[in-house]
Order: sequence, then structure tokens, then C-alpha cells
Amino acid sequence: MLRFVIRRTLSTTALLFAISVLTFLIFFAFPSSNPALRLAGRTATPAQIASVEKEWGFNKPIYVQYVKMMGKIFDGSVTSYTQGLNVDHEIWSDLQPTVALAVGAGIIWFLMGVLFGVLSALRAGRLLDRFLTVISMIGVSTPVFFLGAVLLFYLGFQLGLFPNGDYVPIQDNPIQWLYHMLLPWFTLSVLFIGVYSRVLRSTILDMMSDDFVRTARAKGLSERQVLVRHVLRNSLIPIVSLWGLDFASIIGGGAILTESVFNLQGVGQYAATSIQNLDIPPVLVITMFGAFFVVLFGAIVDVVHASLDPRVRLTA
Amino acid sequence: MAVQPILAQEHLVAELGELPPGIGPYKLAWRRLRRNKVALAFGGLFLLIVILCFLAPVYSADIAHIGPLDETHIEAALGPTGLPIGPTWTSHFLLGADTNGRDVAVRLLYGGRTSLEIGFIATLITMLLATILGTIAGYMRGPTDGVISRFFELLWAYPALLLGIALGTSLQIGGINLGFVTLTAGSIWVPAGIIGIVYIPYVGKPIRAQVVTLREREFVDAARQQGLGSARIMATEILPNLASTIIVFIPLILANSIVLEAGLSYLGAGVQPPNPSWGTMISDGIHLIPAAIHLTLVPGIMLVLCVLGVNVFGDGVRDALDPRSKSRIGP
Repeated sequence: MLRFVIRRTLSTTALLFAISVLTFLIFFAFPSSNPALRLAGRTATPAQIASVEKEWGFNKPIYVQYVKMMGKIFDGSVTSYTQGLNVDHEIWSDLQPTVALAVGAGIIWFLMGVLFGVLSALRAGRLLDRFLTVISMIGVSTPVFFLGAVLLFYLGFQLGLFPNGDYVPIQDNPIQWLYHMLLPWFTLSVLFIGVYSRVLRSTILDMMSDDFVRTARAKGLSERQVLVRHVLRNSLIPIVSLWGLDFASIIGGGAILTESVFNLQGVGQYAATSIQNLDIPPVLVITMFGAFFVVLFGAIVDVVHASLDPRVRLTA
Repeated sequence: MAVQPILAQEHLVAELGELPPGIGPYKLAWRRLRRNKVALAFGGLFLLIVILCFLAPVYSADIAHIGPLDETHIEAALGPTGLPIGPTWTSHFLLGADTNGRDVAVRLLYGGRTSLEIGFIATLITMLLATILGTIAGYMRGPTDGVISRFFELLWAYPALLLGIALGTSLQIGGINLGFVTLTAGSIWVPAGIIGIVYIPYVGKPIRAQVVTLREREFVDAARQQGLGSARIMATEILPNLASTIIVFIPLILANSIVLEAGLSYLGAGVQPPNPSWGTMISDGIHLIPAAIHLTLVPGIMLVLCVLGVNVFGDGVRDALDPRSKSRIGP
């Protein structure tokens, strides 16, 4: 186990370094124009551009630029020149809606995905299965921002069942918080419910003809016990690791579209408005932190997984 | 259903005393696909949308008599309230107008052409690079595999949308100059290239895994014994065996590329205005909710229908190529 943890730590560190280099290249080295010009924003004066150039070391060799960038990102001194605000500070203050959205939606899509997947597998080929398949296909094919906008218009604006977007902090008013989060949670979950139910359905159906299922049946377990205790337990393994990955990527920047449609004022919306204003520094920092978070979270999930299932640490 | 081909064969053996002449796996798959009417119908829907979108100039010139960027009919386009009119269901402003007095139906087709072109180019880039890199990594192993697999891991670490945004915002302002090609900022090759790169590991990793097992098979050994070089073996022995995997991934990547393009364009990191794409049209429309919901609904529904067509058809193709998989719909 210790060897697994050490190996995983080393590979994670290497990956984090590679991410920082690639992100640096994407923002500063690939494009052909002056990076200071892009960083300074659209309305920058020549004097501002010159000061940005000096601050980030764009007149120095490329490795100095890289070190400067990493230093600025991690000591929290990156500022958005367009808005004049500290980027790290903005990200921290916007974190609550993003986490609330991801956690709530994550719970919903996991439970609903498992429920739909099991129902589909049990009724394979019958009406309910076909119906759920159609629903999940539509869910998978609908972009979140379109779904969110349409739901907001019909359920929120026209029928008045839901509030018209915005975020209410949970410490201010938990009831209003819940009420404001329901529609965003649902919107973000739809895609994943579709994917998870399809994956679970096929895993269960593939597993139903395995030897251990026949053994379980042969020793006289009821069909329900076979399903819940043997098949479902095994087929949930890929679903749980998939959930870990998806949840991390939602927090790490995957909820940008949902947040901006519902005006949740989280990190994702901060990213969305920055993109619209071509305000590069926040996009840079969010990209870096997002990818870092995904990798670190993935590493933790792997270690937990390995401690639960010895097959993982022996084969990986 | 899963074992039906074998049962049918046994049945025939019992009846005729011998097997009928063999049928190739692709012919068999095609027969199975042809029986799947739902998949065919959705495939047809997608094809119809593609044809309509590529006929956009014809519709624009001969039916609507207005171009996608034409703002000269603004008086007719804005109703008495000053808001753009909804669908008229006549040849002029069939699906309504937008706030600049442009014909939504014409823009829908032109926008679809952009979205589809980006989807096709991105899919081509992903499939080409992922197949080449995945095959080389799986076949060569050792340090080559190490480098390519790390590259996959690296791209995989970014959430797809975030990587697209990072590349999109960064390349959008200055375009990109790679020495041999120069892409200007407004070119559709920028979003297409970005999306193509983002999805490489999603295809490259499974292909590599398959090649790792394929290279240990006897026919590859046989080819090596005959003195064939690595490049030749990869092209003539390994690649044909990857065909069904590649075919299964194409609709999946196409659907995802179209959705990602819409997402990036919605955020302003994809197709640049005034060029229409489904994503930019939805984006423009959302800002006008609730006044003019048709500006969101028209491109959105078209996008969903198109992606749904690709997804359902792709599902059918997968079932036809891999009948053992029980994830198929019904019997």
C-alpha cells in the first residue's frame, strides 16, 4: 500500500508540473501576439501594457517567465487588469455557489443514474426500458445552457414555479437557498443521469451472465438478493470511480455553463464573464487551479479505491 | 438475442448438414444495422439536417431572398412593439427574425453549416491523431509509449470545456502562427482544431489499450517473422483490426464536438460573431429571454435534434458491430 501511495504521489507531482507547463505555453507561448497585450485586456493603454510586461517578465527568457507566472499564481498576486480586482480573492469568495451546485447535482445524478440504470436493466427490452433509454438519449444530447435557459423561461418566468436564477447563500436563508438551487441542480444532473444509467444498465446486463451470479442463484438467493447484494455491488465500482472524476471536473470548471445561465455568481460564472470580456488573468488562474484540482482529487480517489480494493494497487 | 447468430448457424447445420457460405463481419453488421429501424430513422434525420444546412445558400438566395448577415429588412423584422417577430411560417422570416432584422431560418442553416463543419473537422482531427498516436504507443511500448501516454494523461487532466476555453480565449485574440500554417482569429479552423485536440485522449487511450493486446496475437508474430517492419505491421495488420473501434467512436466524438462547439461559442471562446453557429445563435437568444424565446428555441431544438440523431444512430452502429454487448435497446 505504501509503495502504491509513493508511486501515485510521484506520478501526480509530475503530472501537476506538466499541467503548469502546458497552461503556461497555451497562454504565453503558442499565440503569435505579445502576451502582455492580451493579458492587459482590451482597453489597456501603452503604459499599462509596459507595466504588465515588466510585472510578468515578458522581456526575460522563457523559463524566467514560467517561474514568475507560477510565483504570481501561488502567492495570490494575480490581478485582473480589466476589473482591477485580485483574482485569487475573487475565486475564494465565489467558491460557495460552485461547491453547492456540484455537491447537490452530484448526489442527484448519482442516485437517479443508479435508479434509472437498475430499472432499465431489470426491464431490459420492455416499455419502461425503452422509455428510460429515450429520456437518457435526449438528456445526453441536450447542451446544459440550452436546457437551463428553456427551463428558466417556462418553469421560472412563465409558470413562476422557480426563482429567476441568482444565488442565495445558505447561511442567509437555507429554504431560499434550496429553492434557488433546485433548477440548477436538475439541469446539471440531466446529462450525467443519462450517461450513468446507460453505463450501469450495460454493466448489470453484462454481469447477469457471470459465474458468480449463477452461483448466487444456485445457492437459493432470491432474484432481489442476487441483484442488490451481488450484481449491484460489483457494477457500482465503475460508476463510483466515474462519479469521482466527473464530480472533480465539475468543481474544477465543468459547471461554467450552468452557473452562467442561472447567474449563480460562482467561480464558473466568474470564468464566463472573464471570457466574454477577454480578461485573460482570471481564465489563466481558473484553468490552472481547475486542472490541479481534478488531478489531486483523482489521486485521492485512487488511493481510497486502492485501500478498499487490493486488485487496484497490485495491478496499477 | 445475444447468441442468435450462433443459434441460427446451429439450426442451419442441423437442417442442411453444412454451413452456408461465410459472411464478412462488416456485411453482418450492416445487416443488423438495417434491421434497426430506430437507428436508421435517426441517422436519416441527421443526414437530412446535414443536407439542409449545406443547402443554406440555395435557401437564402431562392426562397428567403435574404442573406445571413443581411440587416436591411429591419422594418419588416421588428413588430409594433419593437421586438423581433416570431415565426411567420412563410418564405420571409419563416422562423422569425432577430433584433438586427436578420432572418432566423437563413441564419439557422448557415449556422448549422458552421457547426457541422467544425464538428466534422474536429472529429477528423481527433480520430486521425488519436489513432496514429494510440497505435504507435501501444505497438512500440517502452519510452515512446511513455511519452504518448503521458501526453494523453496531460490532456485528460483538464476538464474538456476548460481546455477548450483556455485554448479558445488565448488563440482568439492573435490567432496562431505555427510557421507553416497561420490561422487568423476568426477562422473556423481555430475552434475546430481546439475541439479536435481536446478529445484526443478520449479515443487515444482505448485505442492504445486495444493495440497492446493485439500486438501479442499470432498473426502479428507471423508478420514479424516474415520480416515486415513496424510501420508496415501497424498499417496492414493492426489498423484493420481497429476499424470497428474507430467506427464506434466517430459518432460519439462528432456528437460531443458539436455540443462542445456550442458551449464554447456560447461563452464567446468559439465561433466569433457576426458569423452564425448554433452556439452563437443560442447565446444571442438567451440574452433576449423572455422577450423573444424563439431566438433560443429554434437553434437549440435544431442542435438537440442533430446531436440526438448522431447519438441514436451511433448507438445502433455500436450494437450492430458488437452484438454481444447487451446494452442494446430491446430484442
